Amino acid sequence: MTAFTIEPVREQRAEVRHVPLSRVVNVELRKMFDTRTGFWLMSSIVITGLLTMVATIAFAPDADLTYYTFAKAIGFPMTVVLPMIAILSITGEWSQRSGLTTFTLVPHRSRIIRAKAISSVAVGVAAMLFAFLIGAIGNLVGTAIAGITPVWDVSFAEGANIVLGSLLCLLTGTMLGMLIRSSAGALVAYFVYALLLPTVAGILASSQEWFRDLQPWVDLNYAQAALFNGSLTGEQWANLAVTAATWLVLPAVVGLRLVMKSEVK
Amino acid sequence: MITIDSLSKKYRSTTVVDDISFVAPAGRVTGFLGPNGAGKSTSMRMMVGLTAPTSGSATISGRRFADLPNPGVEVGVMLDASAQHRGRTGREILTIAQQMMGLHSRRVAEMLELVSLTETEANRRVGNYSLGMRQRLGIATALIGDPAVLILDEPANGLDPAGIRWMRDLLRDYADRGGTVLLSSHLLREIEVIADDIVMIGNGRIVSQGSKTELLQAAGTVVRAADMHALRRALDASGVETTVPGDGTLRTDADSTRVGRVALEAGVALTELRTADGGLEDMFLELTADTQRERKVA
Repeated sequence: MTAFTIEPVREQRAEVRHVPLSRVVNVELRKMFDTRTGFWLMSSIVITGLLTMVATIAFAPDADLTYYTFAKAIGFPMTVVLPMIAILSITGEWSQRSGLTTFTLVPHRSRIIRAKAISSVAVGVAAMLFAFLIGAIGNLVGTAIAGITPVWDVSFAEGANIVLGSLLCLLTGTMLGMLIRSSAGALVAYFVYALLLPTVAGILASSQEWFRDLQPWVDLNYAQAALFNGSLTGEQWANLAVTAATWLVLPAVVGLRLVMKSEVK
Repeated sequence: MITIDSLSKKYRSTTVVDDISFVAPAGRVTGFLGPNGAGKSTSMRMMVGLTAPTSGSATISGRRFADLPNPGVEVGVMLDASAQHRGRTGREILTIAQQMMGLHSRRVAEMLELVSLTETEANRRVGNYSLGMRQRLGIATALIGDPAVLILDEPANGLDPAGIRWMRDLLRDYADRGGTVLLSSHLLREIEVIADDIVMIGNGRIVSQGSKTELLQAAGTVVRAADMHALRRALDASGVETTVPGDGTLRTDADSTRVGRVALEAGVALTELRTADGGLEDMFLELTADTQRERKVA
């Protein structure tokens, strides 16, 4: 049908090099952008970032026009979008069945998952840096319009905390993706976890005294929220470590086991 | 070369693949034949490390699939052409494979040309592809690393007659250049035309295996002559048992060489001499009779 010819097939190659992890990471990164869903999710980071900046300039009272207001406002939509990116990166292999190819090209699923986690974190860090940049521009423009001196009230440590908080959200997505391995299921689970649970926990804490004292030690959302509100006390770090180990690390270990065993149909 | 050694897979109490062993040698097309649910796909999944075998092993050129440093350049795999992200374009899917294997980017264009996908088609999303186009893309993905071994599950599925012909020529050429091809099918005609060796599987077990020539020979010979009486007398005299199917031919279990020689010695002019029709099909139905879903009609 075509005049295309290939060399005679060899039974064994002289030298075949291992697929390096960096290559797997690059490919997984590419796979996050190359579908329509992926493209729009990535675009929504930029779009929501810009929209929030404009909204903050337009609606925030002059007294609140500080860098912290901008960084926090722009960071919030990221904590919603980033986990979705992390979830879909993993669940797509099952829901879209592309895992059949992925797991035969790299027949070590833990390697793929590691690459996906690395590329998700890379996207997360890039998105947060973008948020800080847009926030800085917003702060300059906003205060210039209002005719006041810009206030730079986010220290490096606080900025790092915000990034860490966002990455914990993102890794929650990675965990749910491994645990559930279905796009719809994992997305629903994430919204239950991120939107419904805090409300329930809030109601519980306001009505039940016993839960109020316990909450910092059992509620990851609660412990995590501290990261977005400046610096943490030693106890708050301990709260974060305990809740993250319980609700993030432990389920992730279970999820990884399921990923290793589950069949890609 | 693919070596399957006592491969078994059990899910709880169900045995899906039951102690199968065979070799798919280099330079030949090995057809993996069986009715639906016979265990073909599970066996192939075990070969490429997607499913863990309960016992036994599958090796490719002496190594387990999971031990291959860069599997894509050693084994081309297509298990299900539809198992691709619907939102990616055909070109993108090939590019992902090319990058993962660390190949030169020109391989993508070369493969698109090889499987006759046009520029426009390559830039469309796979969700809009016909099954035939997906099969072509799947073949391209399998071949992009220029592997020495091909494992293809139902590759002819969804192809039009021209596509089937194209696929057959492609695989024939690939095997003739020294490649190993293992392809599964439940379509007997396809296997009968393309395969050199046949492994027939039913209910998870191998029911028959050998070269196509051997297996077909076992189906018997059909012979016709202008003077049927003379032919029958000659065959009777030589001790070749014949039956009369009633369509003006004689049928015998003897091979065609022997029948031809008998006719020559008796001076009977033959008008037809061939291996019995649908030999593989009869054998397939017969061998898998107790594993078929459909009961024999009357």
